[in-house]
Amino acid sequence: MSFEPKIVAFLCNWCAYAGADMAGTSRLKYPANVVPIKVMCSGRVDPEFIIDAFEKGADGVFIGGCHPGDCHYVNGNYRTRRRVKMMKKLLEEMGINPKRLRLEWVSATEGQKFARVIEEFVNEIKELGPSPWRK
Amino acid sequence: MKKKIAMYWGAGCGGCDVSLLGIHEKLLDLLDDIEIVFWPCATDFKYEDLEKMPDKSIDVAFYNGAIRTEENEEIAKLLRKKAKVLVAYGSCASEGCVIGLANLYDKKQIFNVVYLQNETTKNEDKVLPKEHANDLGLPKFLPHLKTLEDVVKVHAYIPGCPPMKPVLEEALEALLQGKTKFGKEVALCDECPRKDSKPEKIEIERFYRWHEKEDNGDCFLAQGIICMGPATRAGCGGECISANIPCTGCMGPPPKVKDQGAAMLSAIASLLGDMDEEKEEEIMDSIRDMIGTFYKYRAAKLLPEGRLKDES
Ligand code: FES
Repeated sequence: MSFEPKIVAFLCNWCAYAGADMAGTSRLKYPANVVPIKVMCSGRVDPEFIIDAFEKGADGVFIGGCHPGDCHYVNGNYRTRRRVKMMKKLLEEMGINPKRLRLEWVSATEGQKFARVIEEFVNEIKELGPSPWRK
Repeated sequence: MKKKIAMYWGAGCGGCDVSLLGIHEKLLDLLDDIEIVFWPCATDFKYEDLEKMPDKSIDVAFYNGAIRTEENEEIAKLLRKKAKVLVAYGSCASEGCVIGLANLYDKKQIFNVVYLQNETTKNEDKVLPKEHANDLGLPKFLPHLKTLEDVVKVHAYIPGCPPMKPVLEEALEALLQGKTKFGKEVALCDECPRKDSKPEKIEIERFYRWHEKEDNGDCFLAQGIICMGPATRAGCGGECISANIPCTGCMGPPPKVKDQGAAMLSAIASLLGDMDEEKEEEIMDSIRDMIGTFYKYRAAKLLPEGRLKDES
């Protein structure tokens, strides 16, 4: 059986989640490996959530937020960008491929982009194989 | 009746044992209420003596140091049996401490550095410790460093490397009254001696290691020096800060925070000033050692099975 990765996707309410909705209403297809979790802002995604997701068995973690300058709360997404950068460095030191964590900007109208990046991400994780971080 | 107390050292530096003496004359008051039945560092007891004690006959057993060898684990289990209350004393027993950073390496790498490559080590015959050779031997070196709660149930934790006087006084008093919950819930910033110099809004432009910058006496973070205060439990009184050294987080996280390193990383991201992505990249790259900086005392919690191996 081929490996089907588990992916947790934190999507901000105002852009990325609406973008995912858009993908749905436009009947676009994307892999069903993603478990979306709606957060008010990508800035709500505490690094602890990322660690928690990996510890509980995620093979990849996706964070979707508004484009720079568009965050509903002005600068939440800038914080996310910094956190993700630091988290990637941490993952690397831990021996985890930092590609397992991905941040993308998806606006409410970008259903197409959402479907595309998710597909890309799922394929990438499939290539990487199961995460060694499961407890 | 006097309470029966035991203190054991696992893999640690001995600082925890000494810290108990750090409560000074309080210890003399304490000695009216307690009887020490086992404390290898200070008194002459043998493991046999401990084995002979009836189960649950010790009121409170303190275990300091981490679990690095078979022996450490064996005594942890024995103490667990003999004591009513088992306390993880200090950072090593509670969360692995600095020696937990060894979980980034395997046994072979560790032995190589410690017994062969270390510049101050003279070992021409390249002798390495052997496990159970002939009749005599050394206890097995475990593949990873574990904390006390990884091997037995723990009732209470006394944080700190080593636990500072105010933390200890409160903890000992509580424990002797049969309480297992004590200590502060807030972060170190709350009791920081430099608290008043913390600006309304911190905007870090670049990071300095603390020897790279002349300290102006203000909040370390405001100066761009990483200080773990915001993610570290209060209670120690900020002794390091009083000595002009930023907090490295030995008290562990406040009780409501699960992951100290992640919490600090998150805080740091919020404290950077406005800057473009390129500058952002540069400033973050200047933090060289993420685990050593943010998980200095909790690497064993982050990597209980050692460094992970992601294929490819
Ligand atoms: S609201 Fe979308 S990133 Fe902040």
